[in-house]
Amino acid sequence: MADFDITSGERDGMGPHGTKVGLLRVLGPAHVWALGVGIVLVGEYMGWNFAVGKGGAFAALMACWFAGILYTCVAMIDSEVTSTVAAAGGQYTQAKHIVGPLMAFNVGLYLVFAYTMLEAANAITAGYLISVVAGMTGYTGELDQRPFIILVIMFLAWLNYRGVLATLTFNLVITATAFCAIITLFLSTSGILGGGIMEHAALFEGHELPYGWVGVLAAMHFGLWYYLGIEGTTQAAEEVRSPARSLPFGTLAGIMTLLIAATLTWYMCSGVLPWEYLGDGVNGSVAPLFDTARLSGSNFLIFFLGFGTLFATLASANGCINDASRAWFAMGRDKYLPAWFGAVHPRYRTPYRSIIFLVPIALIFALGAPLDQVITFSILSGLLEYTFMPLNIILFRKKWPMGSIKRGYEHPFHPIPAIAMLLLCGTTFFAVFLGYGTQLVAMIGFYIVVSLWFHFWRYRFVDRGAQFTMPWPKPKGY
Amino acid sequence: MELWNYIEYGAWGLAALLGLYMVVDWFKIDSTYSEDVLTSSREGELEAMTEETHKV
Repeated sequence: MADFDITSGERDGMGPHGTKVGLLRVLGPAHVWALGVGIVLVGEYMGWNFAVGKGGAFAALMACWFAGILYTCVAMIDSEVTSTVAAAGGQYTQAKHIVGPLMAFNVGLYLVFAYTMLEAANAITAGYLISVVAGMTGYTGELDQRPFIILVIMFLAWLNYRGVLATLTFNLVITATAFCAIITLFLSTSGILGGGIMEHAALFEGHELPYGWVGVLAAMHFGLWYYLGIEGTTQAAEEVRSPARSLPFGTLAGIMTLLIAATLTWYMCSGVLPWEYLGDGVNGSVAPLFDTARLSGSNFLIFFLGFGTLFATLASANGCINDASRAWFAMGRDKYLPAWFGAVHPRYRTPYRSIIFLVPIALIFALGAPLDQVITFSILSGLLEYTFMPLNIILFRKKWPMGSIKRGYEHPFHPIPAIAMLLLCGTTFFAVFLGYGTQLVAMIGFYIVVSLWFHFWRYRFVDRGAQFTMPWPKPKGY
Repeated sequence: MELWNYIEYGAWGLAALLGLYMVVDWFKIDSTYSEDVLTSSREGELEAMTEETHKV
Protein backbone atom coordinates (compact mmCIF):
# COMPACT_ATOMS: atom_id res chain seq x y z
CA MET A 1 0.00 0.00 0.00
CA ALA A 2 2.99 2.30 0.25
CA ASP A 3 2.75 3.19 -3.46
CA PHE A 4 -0.90 4.06 -3.21
CA ASP A 5 -1.34 7.77 -3.83
CA ILE A 6 -4.83 8.93 -2.90
CA THR A 7 -4.25 12.34 -4.47
CA SER A 8 -3.31 11.03 -7.91
CA GLY A 9 -5.76 11.59 -10.72
CA GLU A 10 -5.97 7.87 -11.30
CA ARG A 11 -6.86 6.78 -7.78
CA ASP A 12 -8.30 9.97 -6.44
CA GLY A 13 -11.19 9.38 -4.04
CA MET A 14 -10.93 5.58 -4.16
CA GLY A 15 -9.77 3.68 -1.17
CA PRO A 16 -9.65 0.59 0.97
CA HIS A 17 -13.16 0.83 2.39
CA GLY A 18 -14.76 0.04 -0.93
CA THR A 19 -15.19 3.51 -2.37
CA LYS A 20 -15.61 3.12 -6.11
CA VAL A 21 -16.72 6.68 -6.79
CA GLY A 22 -15.81 9.37 -4.27
CA LEU A 23 -15.62 13.16 -4.12
CA LEU A 24 -12.71 14.63 -6.02
CA ARG A 25 -9.68 15.97 -4.13
CA VAL A 26 -8.77 18.97 -6.28
CA LEU A 27 -9.05 22.07 -4.09
CA GLY A 28 -6.30 24.22 -2.58
CA PRO A 29 -6.21 26.81 0.25
CA ALA A 30 -7.40 29.60 -2.10
CA HIS A 31 -10.59 27.67 -2.80
CA VAL A 32 -11.15 27.17 0.93
CA TRP A 33 -10.70 30.94 1.41
CA ALA A 34 -13.14 31.62 -1.45
CA LEU A 35 -15.72 29.27 0.05
CA GLY A 36 -15.58 30.84 3.52
CA VAL A 37 -15.23 34.51 2.56
CA GLY A 38 -17.59 34.06 -0.41
CA ILE A 39 -20.47 32.98 1.82
CA VAL A 40 -19.92 35.86 4.23
CA LEU A 41 -18.91 38.94 2.23
CA VAL A 42 -22.50 39.75 1.24
CA GLY A 43 -23.01 40.57 4.95
CA GLU A 44 -20.58 43.48 4.53
CA TYR A 45 -22.46 44.74 1.49
CA MET A 46 -25.86 44.61 3.20
CA GLY A 47 -27.47 43.47 6.44
CA TRP A 48 -24.84 44.47 9.03
CA ASN A 49 -26.26 48.01 9.11
CA PHE A 50 -29.37 46.84 11.02
CA ALA A 51 -26.95 46.80 13.99
CA VAL A 52 -26.66 50.58 13.61
CA GLY A 53 -30.46 50.87 13.82
CA LYS A 54 -30.46 48.84 17.04
CA GLY A 55 -27.89 50.88 18.92
CA GLY A 56 -26.19 53.56 16.81
CA ALA A 57 -22.87 53.56 14.95
CA PHE A 58 -20.63 52.93 17.97
CA ALA A 59 -22.81 50.00 19.05
CA ALA A 60 -22.40 48.53 15.55
CA LEU A 61 -18.61 48.84 15.86
CA MET A 62 -18.62 47.12 19.26
CA ALA A 63 -20.87 44.38 17.85
CA CYS A 64 -18.48 44.07 14.89
CA TRP A 65 -15.49 43.46 17.14
CA PHE A 66 -17.25 41.29 19.73
CA ALA A 67 -18.64 39.14 16.91
CA GLY A 68 -15.10 39.23 15.45
CA ILE A 69 -13.80 37.62 18.65
CA LEU A 70 -16.59 35.02 18.50
CA TYR A 71 -15.76 34.11 14.91
CA THR A 72 -12.01 34.10 15.46
CA CYS A 73 -12.70 31.42 18.08
CA VAL A 74 -14.95 29.65 15.55
CA ALA A 75 -12.18 29.72 12.92
CA MET A 76 -9.48 28.48 15.29
CA ILE A 77 -11.58 25.68 16.78
CA ASP A 78 -12.83 24.63 13.36
CA SER A 79 -9.30 24.61 11.96
CA GLU A 80 -8.10 22.23 14.64
CA VAL A 81 -11.00 19.79 14.56
CA THR A 82 -11.61 19.71 10.83
CA SER A 83 -7.95 19.29 9.93
CA THR A 84 -8.28 16.04 11.88
CA VAL A 85 -11.83 15.03 10.89
CA ALA A 86 -11.24 15.74 7.20
CA ALA A 87 -14.54 14.51 5.76
CA ALA A 88 -17.56 16.04 4.03
CA GLY A 89 -20.23 17.17 6.43
CA GLY A 90 -17.97 19.49 8.44
CA GLN A 91 -19.41 20.06 11.92
CA TYR A 92 -21.92 17.22 11.41
CA THR A 93 -19.07 14.73 10.98
CA GLN A 94 -17.19 16.27 13.91
CA ALA A 95 -20.26 15.84 16.12
CA LYS A 96 -20.70 12.25 14.99
CA HIS A 97 -17.16 11.30 15.94
CA ILE A 98 -16.80 13.40 19.08
CA VAL A 99 -20.23 13.83 20.72
CA GLY A 100 -22.74 11.27 19.42
CA PRO A 101 -25.45 10.49 16.85
CA LEU A 102 -28.26 12.70 18.18
CA MET A 103 -25.99 15.76 18.35
CA ALA A 104 -24.71 14.94 14.85
CA PHE A 105 -28.23 14.70 13.45
CA ASN A 106 -29.13 18.08 14.94
CA VAL A 107 -25.92 19.76 13.80
CA GLY A 108 -26.44 18.35 10.28
CA LEU A 109 -29.91 19.93 10.20
CA TYR A 110 -28.59 23.26 11.57
CA LEU A 111 -26.09 23.31 8.70
CA VAL A 112 -28.55 22.43 5.96
CA PHE A 113 -31.16 24.94 7.19
CA ALA A 114 -28.64 27.74 7.80
CA TYR A 115 -27.15 27.40 4.32
CA THR A 116 -30.36 26.73 2.37
CA MET A 117 -32.11 29.70 4.02
CA LEU A 118 -29.10 31.91 3.31
CA GLU A 119 -29.09 30.72 -0.31
CA ALA A 120 -32.79 31.65 -0.59
CA ALA A 121 -32.13 35.07 0.97
CA ASN A 122 -29.29 35.69 -1.48
CA ALA A 123 -31.44 34.73 -4.46
CA ILE A 124 -34.17 37.16 -3.27
CA THR A 125 -31.50 39.87 -2.96
CA ALA A 126 -30.09 39.14 -6.42
CA GLY A 127 -33.61 39.47 -7.89
CA TYR A 128 -34.02 42.80 -6.11
CA LEU A 129 -30.61 44.05 -7.34
CA ILE A 130 -31.51 43.20 -10.93
CA SER A 131 -34.77 45.14 -10.57
CA VAL A 132 -32.73 48.12 -9.30
CA VAL A 133 -30.46 47.86 -12.35
CA ALA A 134 -33.57 47.79 -14.57
CA GLY A 135 -34.82 50.96 -12.89
CA MET A 136 -31.43 52.66 -13.30
CA THR A 137 -31.40 51.85 -17.02
CA GLY A 138 -34.70 53.64 -17.48
CA TYR A 139 -37.18 50.75 -17.28
CA THR A 140 -40.45 52.22 -16.03
CA GLY A 141 -42.57 49.05 -15.66
CA GLU A 142 -42.57 46.67 -12.71
CA LEU A 143 -39.95 44.00 -13.31
CA ASP A 144 -40.95 40.45 -12.40
CA GLN A 145 -38.13 39.35 -10.07
CA ARG A 146 -39.15 35.67 -10.00
CA PRO A 147 -37.36 34.54 -13.21
CA PHE A 148 -34.11 36.09 -11.94
CA ILE A 149 -34.45 34.51 -8.48
CA ILE A 150 -35.05 31.11 -10.10
CA LEU A 151 -32.23 31.62 -12.61
CA VAL A 152 -29.73 32.42 -9.84
CA ILE A 153 -30.61 29.22 -7.96
CA MET A 154 -30.68 27.09 -11.13
CA PHE A 155 -27.41 28.45 -12.55
CA LEU A 156 -25.50 28.00 -9.30
CA ALA A 157 -26.99 24.54 -8.71
CA TRP A 158 -25.96 23.58 -12.26
CA LEU A 159 -22.44 24.88 -11.61
CA ASN A 160 -22.25 22.86 -8.38
CA TYR A 161 -23.63 19.81 -10.17
CA ARG A 162 -20.91 19.99 -12.83
CA GLY A 163 -17.93 19.96 -10.48
CA VAL A 164 -16.41 21.47 -7.37
CA LEU A 165 -13.27 22.90 -9.00
CA ALA A 166 -15.14 25.16 -11.44
CA THR A 167 -17.65 26.09 -8.72
CA LEU A 168 -15.07 27.30 -6.23
CA THR A 169 -12.78 28.84 -8.86
CA PHE A 170 -15.80 30.91 -9.92
CA ASN A 171 -16.28 31.83 -6.25
CA LEU A 172 -12.63 32.77 -5.94
CA VAL A 173 -12.82 35.24 -8.85
CA ILE A 174 -16.07 36.95 -7.83
CA THR A 175 -15.21 37.03 -4.11
CA ALA A 176 -11.77 38.53 -4.77
CA THR A 177 -13.42 41.17 -7.03
CA ALA A 178 -15.98 42.04 -4.35
CA PHE A 179 -13.22 42.34 -1.70
CA CYS A 180 -11.08 44.52 -4.02
CA ALA A 181 -14.11 46.79 -4.49
CA ILE A 182 -14.26 47.39 -0.70
CA ILE A 183 -10.53 48.17 -0.54
CA THR A 184 -10.78 50.51 -3.55
CA LEU A 185 -13.72 52.35 -1.99
CA PHE A 186 -11.79 52.77 1.26
CA LEU A 187 -8.68 54.11 -0.50
CA SER A 188 -10.79 56.53 -2.54
CA THR A 189 -13.06 57.91 0.19
CA SER A 190 -10.77 57.98 3.24
CA GLY A 191 -8.37 60.56 1.85
CA ILE A 192 -5.50 58.16 1.11
CA LEU A 193 -6.00 58.57 -2.65
CA GLY A 194 -7.44 62.02 -3.39
CA GLY A 195 -9.78 63.98 -1.14
CA GLY A 196 -11.60 62.25 1.74
CA ILE A 197 -15.33 62.55 2.33
CA MET A 198 -15.51 61.19 5.88
CA GLU A 199 -17.44 63.22 8.47
CA HIS A 200 -17.33 61.00 11.55
CA ALA A 201 -17.15 63.76 14.16
CA ALA A 202 -20.09 65.70 12.73
CA LEU A 203 -22.27 62.63 12.18
CA PHE A 204 -21.60 61.09 15.62
CA GLU A 205 -22.02 64.26 17.71
CA GLY A 206 -24.93 63.77 20.13
CA HIS A 207 -25.64 60.25 18.77
CA GLU A 208 -22.80 58.27 20.36
CA LEU A 209 -25.03 55.62 21.97
CA PRO A 210 -28.65 56.65 21.25
CA TYR A 211 -30.15 53.67 23.13
CA GLY A 212 -27.42 53.26 25.75
CA TRP A 213 -25.77 49.92 26.51
CA VAL A 214 -28.99 47.96 25.84
CA GLY A 215 -28.57 49.12 22.25
CA VAL A 216 -25.07 47.59 22.18
CA LEU A 217 -26.53 44.27 23.36
CA ALA A 218 -29.32 44.42 20.77
CA ALA A 219 -26.79 45.21 18.04
CA MET A 220 -25.02 41.89 18.70
CA HIS A 221 -27.79 40.08 16.78
CA PHE A 222 -26.80 41.78 13.53
CA GLY A 223 -23.11 41.88 14.44
CA LEU A 224 -23.09 38.23 13.34
CA TRP A 225 -23.75 39.39 9.77
CA TYR A 226 -20.16 40.54 9.37
CA TYR A 227 -18.91 36.93 9.62
CA LEU A 228 -21.85 34.49 9.44
CA GLY A 229 -20.80 31.50 7.34
CA ILE A 230 -16.97 31.43 7.70
CA GLU A 231 -17.37 28.02 9.38
CA GLY A 232 -18.52 26.72 5.98
CA THR A 233 -14.89 26.12 4.98
CA THR A 234 -15.05 22.78 6.78
CA GLN A 235 -17.44 21.37 4.16
CA ALA A 236 -14.58 21.30 1.65
CA ALA A 237 -12.62 18.88 3.85
CA GLU A 238 -13.11 15.85 1.63
CA GLU A 239 -12.29 17.73 -1.56
CA VAL A 240 -9.05 19.52 -0.66
CA ARG A 241 -5.74 18.03 -1.73
CA SER A 242 -4.11 18.52 1.65
CA PRO A 243 -6.70 18.92 4.44
CA ALA A 244 -4.17 19.33 7.25
CA ARG A 245 -2.59 22.31 5.48
CA SER A 246 -5.31 23.83 3.31
CA LEU A 247 -8.19 23.93 5.79
CA PRO A 248 -6.45 25.86 8.62
CA PHE A 249 -4.68 28.12 6.11
CA GLY A 250 -7.82 28.94 4.12
CA THR A 251 -10.04 29.36 7.20
CA LEU A 252 -7.65 31.57 9.18
CA ALA A 253 -6.83 33.70 6.11
CA GLY A 254 -10.59 33.97 5.61
CA ILE A 255 -11.35 35.32 9.11
CA MET A 256 -8.47 37.81 8.81
CA THR A 257 -9.89 39.04 5.48
CA LEU A 258 -13.33 39.43 7.05
CA LEU A 259 -12.05 41.33 10.11
CA ILE A 260 -10.40 43.82 7.75
CA ALA A 261 -13.42 44.05 5.44
CA ALA A 262 -15.88 44.45 8.35
CA THR A 263 -13.92 47.21 10.06
CA LEU A 264 -13.34 49.13 6.82
CA THR A 265 -17.02 48.78 5.90
CA TRP A 266 -18.13 50.22 9.25
CA TYR A 267 -15.57 53.04 8.98
CA MET A 268 -16.61 54.09 5.48
CA CYS A 269 -20.37 53.85 5.83
CA SER A 270 -20.63 55.39 9.30
CA GLY A 271 -18.44 58.29 8.16
CA VAL A 272 -20.68 59.18 5.23
CA LEU A 273 -24.25 58.14 6.03
CA PRO A 274 -26.29 59.49 9.01
CA TRP A 275 -26.97 56.71 11.52
CA GLU A 276 -30.78 56.99 11.23
CA TYR A 277 -30.55 56.37 7.47
CA LEU A 278 -27.76 53.80 7.69
CA GLY A 279 -29.57 51.80 10.39
CA ASP A 280 -32.79 51.43 8.39
CA GLY A 281 -31.97 48.59 5.99
CA VAL A 282 -35.50 48.50 4.55
CA ASN A 283 -36.55 52.10 3.85
CA GLY A 284 -33.10 53.67 4.28
CA SER A 285 -29.79 52.25 3.18
CA VAL A 286 -30.42 48.79 1.70
CA ALA A 287 -26.85 48.47 0.39
CA PRO A 288 -24.64 50.83 2.47
CA LEU A 289 -21.38 50.30 0.57
CA PHE A 290 -23.13 51.04 -2.71
CA ASP A 291 -24.74 54.15 -1.15
CA THR A 292 -21.30 55.30 0.03
CA ALA A 293 -19.98 54.87 -3.52
CA ARG A 294 -22.90 56.95 -4.83
CA LEU A 295 -22.09 59.74 -2.39
CA SER A 296 -18.45 59.73 -3.57
CA GLY A 297 -19.67 61.06 -6.92
CA SER A 298 -17.35 58.73 -8.87
CA ASN A 299 -19.03 56.76 -11.66
CA PHE A 300 -16.21 54.22 -11.55
CA LEU A 301 -16.85 53.53 -7.83
CA ILE A 302 -20.64 53.31 -8.38
CA PHE A 303 -20.07 50.78 -11.17
CA PHE A 304 -17.43 48.80 -9.22
CA LEU A 305 -19.44 48.62 -5.98
CA GLY A 306 -22.60 47.76 -7.93
CA PHE A 307 -20.84 44.74 -9.39
CA GLY A 308 -19.27 44.03 -6.00
CA THR A 309 -22.75 43.84 -4.42
CA LEU A 310 -24.06 41.46 -7.07
CA PHE A 311 -20.89 39.33 -7.02
CA ALA A 312 -20.94 39.05 -3.22
CA THR A 313 -24.58 37.91 -3.37
CA LEU A 314 -23.84 35.27 -6.00
CA ALA A 315 -20.71 34.04 -4.19
CA SER A 316 -22.71 33.59 -1.01
CA ALA A 317 -25.50 31.63 -2.70
CA ASN A 318 -22.92 29.52 -4.53
CA GLY A 319 -21.03 28.61 -1.37
CA CYS A 320 -24.29 27.85 0.42
CA ILE A 321 -25.33 25.32 -2.25
CA ASN A 322 -21.91 23.69 -1.98
CA ASP A 323 -22.07 23.45 1.82
CA ALA A 324 -25.71 22.43 2.26
CA SER A 325 -25.34 19.65 -0.31
CA ARG A 326 -22.18 18.26 1.38
CA ALA A 327 -23.88 18.18 4.78
CA TRP A 328 -26.99 16.50 3.32
CA PHE A 329 -24.79 14.06 1.38
CA ALA A 330 -22.75 13.11 4.47
CA MET A 331 -25.94 12.44 6.46
CA GLY A 332 -27.25 10.26 3.63
CA ARG A 333 -23.95 8.37 3.41
CA ASP A 334 -24.20 7.49 7.11
CA LYS A 335 -27.92 6.62 6.70
CA TYR A 336 -28.99 9.35 9.10
CA LEU A 337 -31.15 10.18 6.07
CA PRO A 338 -32.04 7.76 3.25
CA ALA A 339 -28.82 6.30 1.79
CA TRP A 340 -30.02 7.41 -1.66
CA PHE A 341 -28.69 10.90 -0.88
CA GLY A 342 -25.17 9.53 -0.38
CA ALA A 343 -24.60 9.06 -4.13
CA VAL A 344 -21.67 10.62 -6.02
CA HIS A 345 -21.83 11.49 -9.71
CA PRO A 346 -19.39 9.12 -11.45
CA ARG A 347 -18.25 11.74 -13.95
CA TYR A 348 -18.45 15.09 -12.14
CA ARG A 349 -17.72 13.55 -8.71
CA THR A 350 -20.26 15.71 -6.91
CA PRO A 351 -23.10 14.75 -4.52
CA TYR A 352 -25.56 15.29 -7.37
CA ARG A 353 -28.73 13.92 -5.75
CA SER A 354 -28.29 16.14 -2.69
CA ILE A 355 -27.69 19.17 -4.92
CA ILE A 356 -30.86 18.51 -6.95
CA PHE A 357 -32.97 17.67 -3.88
CA LEU A 358 -32.20 20.99 -2.17
CA VAL A 359 -33.07 23.10 -5.26
CA PRO A 360 -36.89 23.01 -4.84
CA ILE A 361 -36.55 23.63 -1.09
CA ALA A 362 -34.48 26.78 -1.76
CA LEU A 363 -36.99 27.85 -4.43
CA ILE A 364 -39.96 27.44 -2.06
CA PHE A 365 -38.32 29.68 0.55
CA ALA A 366 -37.01 32.18 -2.02
CA LEU A 367 -40.40 32.59 -3.71
CA GLY A 368 -42.79 32.05 -0.83
CA ALA A 369 -41.28 33.36 2.41
CA PRO A 370 -40.54 36.94 3.59
CA LEU A 371 -36.84 37.87 3.52
CA ASP A 372 -36.53 38.81 7.21
CA GLN A 373 -38.04 35.49 8.35
CA VAL A 374 -35.73 33.53 6.03
CA ILE A 375 -32.69 35.42 7.36
CA THR A 376 -33.76 34.96 10.99
CA PHE A 377 -34.17 31.22 10.51
CA SER A 378 -30.68 31.09 9.00
CA ILE A 379 -29.09 33.11 11.85
CA LEU A 380 -30.78 31.03 14.55
CA SER A 381 -29.63 27.75 13.00
CA GLY A 382 -26.11 29.17 12.77
CA LEU A 383 -26.21 30.27 16.41
CA LEU A 384 -27.25 26.81 17.58
CA GLU A 385 -24.31 25.43 15.61
CA TYR A 386 -21.87 27.87 17.26
CA THR A 387 -23.13 26.82 20.69
CA PHE A 388 -22.29 23.22 19.85
CA MET A 389 -18.71 24.06 18.79
CA PRO A 390 -17.14 24.95 22.18
CA LEU A 391 -18.66 21.82 23.75
CA ASN A 392 -17.27 19.85 20.82
CA ILE A 393 -13.69 21.10 21.18
CA ILE A 394 -13.71 20.58 24.97
CA LEU A 395 -14.78 16.95 24.44
CA PHE A 396 -12.29 16.52 21.56
CA ARG A 397 -9.34 17.63 23.70
CA LYS A 398 -10.57 15.46 26.59
CA LYS A 399 -11.12 12.28 24.56
CA TRP A 400 -8.08 12.66 22.30
CA PRO A 401 -5.51 14.73 24.25
CA MET A 402 -2.61 16.41 22.49
CA GLY A 403 -0.18 13.85 21.13
CA SER A 404 -2.72 11.02 20.93
CA ILE A 405 -3.82 11.92 17.41
CA LYS A 406 -2.21 13.90 14.58
CA ARG A 407 -3.66 17.41 14.21
CA GLY A 408 -3.13 19.70 11.20
CA TYR A 409 -3.45 22.74 13.49
CA GLU A 410 -3.52 23.21 17.26
CA HIS A 411 -5.42 26.25 18.46
CA PRO A 412 -3.81 28.26 21.28
CA PHE A 413 -4.97 29.07 24.82
CA HIS A 414 -7.45 26.19 25.16
CA PRO A 415 -10.03 26.34 26.84
CA ILE A 416 -10.20 30.19 26.76
CA PRO A 417 -11.56 30.39 23.14
CA ALA A 418 -14.21 27.76 23.96
CA ILE A 419 -15.33 29.60 27.11
CA ALA A 420 -15.32 32.97 25.28
CA MET A 421 -17.46 31.43 22.57
CA LEU A 422 -19.97 30.06 25.05
CA LEU A 423 -20.29 33.46 26.74
CA LEU A 424 -20.68 35.31 23.44
CA CYS A 425 -23.24 32.77 22.19
CA GLY A 426 -25.24 33.24 25.43
CA THR A 427 -25.17 37.02 24.96
CA THR A 428 -26.26 36.72 21.33
CA PHE A 429 -29.11 34.35 22.23
CA PHE A 430 -30.37 37.01 24.64
CA ALA A 431 -30.01 39.69 21.96
CA VAL A 432 -31.95 37.55 19.47
CA PHE A 433 -34.59 36.83 22.11
CA LEU A 434 -35.16 40.58 22.53
CA GLY A 435 -36.07 40.95 18.85
CA TYR A 436 -37.20 37.52 17.65
CA GLY A 437 -38.22 35.60 20.78
CA THR A 438 -41.16 33.82 19.12
CA GLN A 439 -39.06 32.54 16.22
CA LEU A 440 -36.33 31.39 18.62
CA VAL A 441 -38.78 29.38 20.73
CA ALA A 442 -40.53 27.99 17.63
CA MET A 443 -37.26 26.85 16.12
CA ILE A 444 -35.99 25.18 19.28
CA GLY A 445 -39.39 23.41 19.42
CA PHE A 446 -38.86 22.24 15.83
CA TYR A 447 -35.44 20.78 16.63
CA ILE A 448 -36.83 19.01 19.71
CA VAL A 449 -39.55 17.36 17.59
CA VAL A 450 -37.11 16.18 14.88
CA SER A 451 -34.73 14.92 17.59
CA LEU A 452 -37.53 12.75 19.00
CA TRP A 453 -38.24 11.45 15.49
CA PHE A 454 -34.56 10.59 15.01
CA HIS A 455 -34.21 8.92 18.41
CA PHE A 456 -37.39 6.81 18.29
CA TRP A 457 -37.55 6.03 14.55
CA ARG A 458 -34.73 6.98 12.22
CA TYR A 459 -31.74 5.78 14.25
CA ARG A 460 -32.74 2.12 13.74
CA PHE A 461 -31.74 2.47 10.07
CA VAL A 462 -28.25 3.81 10.82
CA ASP A 463 -25.46 1.34 10.15
CA ARG A 464 -23.81 1.98 13.50
CA GLY A 465 -20.46 0.34 12.84
CA ALA A 466 -20.00 1.53 9.25
CA GLN A 467 -20.30 5.22 10.06
CA PHE A 468 -16.88 5.33 11.75
CA THR A 469 -14.23 4.57 9.17
CA MET A 470 -11.38 6.75 10.42
CA PRO A 471 -8.46 4.87 11.92
CA TRP A 472 -8.41 6.82 15.18
CA PRO A 473 -7.20 5.42 18.50
CA LYS A 474 -9.85 4.69 21.13
CA PRO A 475 -10.88 7.82 23.04
CA LYS A 476 -9.35 8.26 26.47
CA GLY A 477 -11.46 6.59 29.15
CA TYR A 478 -13.21 4.14 26.78
CA MET B 1 -42.46 45.28 -25.42
CA GLU B 2 -39.28 46.65 -23.81
CA LEU B 3 -35.81 45.08 -23.60
CA TRP B 4 -36.31 44.11 -19.95
CA ASN B 5 -39.40 42.11 -20.87
CA TYR B 6 -37.29 40.07 -23.29
CA ILE B 7 -34.63 39.63 -20.59
CA GLU B 8 -37.36 38.31 -18.26
CA TYR B 9 -38.40 35.70 -20.83
CA GLY B 10 -34.73 34.84 -21.41
CA ALA B 11 -34.26 34.26 -17.67
CA TRP B 12 -37.32 31.96 -17.52
CA GLY B 13 -36.03 30.00 -20.52
CA LEU B 14 -32.44 29.67 -19.29
CA ALA B 15 -33.56 28.60 -15.81
CA ALA B 16 -35.80 25.92 -17.33
CA LEU B 17 -32.98 24.73 -19.59
CA LEU B 18 -30.50 24.38 -16.71
CA GLY B 19 -33.09 22.56 -14.60
CA LEU B 20 -33.87 20.23 -17.49
CA TYR B 21 -30.17 19.51 -18.02
CA MET B 22 -29.74 18.41 -14.41
CA VAL B 23 -32.87 16.25 -14.39
CA VAL B 24 -32.02 14.52 -17.70
CA ASP B 25 -28.43 13.87 -16.61
CA TRP B 26 -29.63 12.59 -13.23
CA PHE B 27 -31.92 9.99 -14.86
CA LYS B 28 -29.20 9.04 -17.35
CA ILE B 29 -26.64 8.44 -14.60
CA ASP B 30 -29.10 6.55 -12.39
CA SER B 31 -30.05 4.22 -15.23
CA THR B 32 -26.44 3.63 -16.38
CA TYR B 33 -24.70 2.88 -13.09
CA SER B 34 -25.70 0.52 -10.30
CA GLU B 35 -26.76 1.89 -6.93
CA ASP B 36 -23.86 -0.01 -5.38
CA VAL B 37 -21.32 2.04 -7.36
CA LEU B 38 -23.07 5.38 -6.94
CA THR B 39 -23.39 5.08 -3.16
CA SER B 40 -20.01 3.46 -2.51
CA SER B 41 -18.37 6.60 -1.12
CA ARG B 42 -17.00 6.27 2.44
CA GLU B 43 -15.50 8.97 4.61
CA GLY B 44 -11.92 9.01 5.83
CA GLU B 45 -10.26 7.36 2.84
CA LEU B 46 -7.27 9.70 2.90
CA GLU B 47 -6.76 9.14 6.60
CA ALA B 48 -7.13 5.39 6.17
CA MET B 49 -4.45 5.49 3.48
CA THR B 50 -2.03 7.34 5.72
CA GLU B 51 -2.60 4.80 8.45
CA GLU B 52 -2.00 1.83 6.16
CA THR B 53 1.14 3.45 4.76
CA HIS B 54 2.48 3.82 8.29
CA LYS B 55 1.96 0.14 8.95
CA VAL B 56 4.02 -0.95 5.91
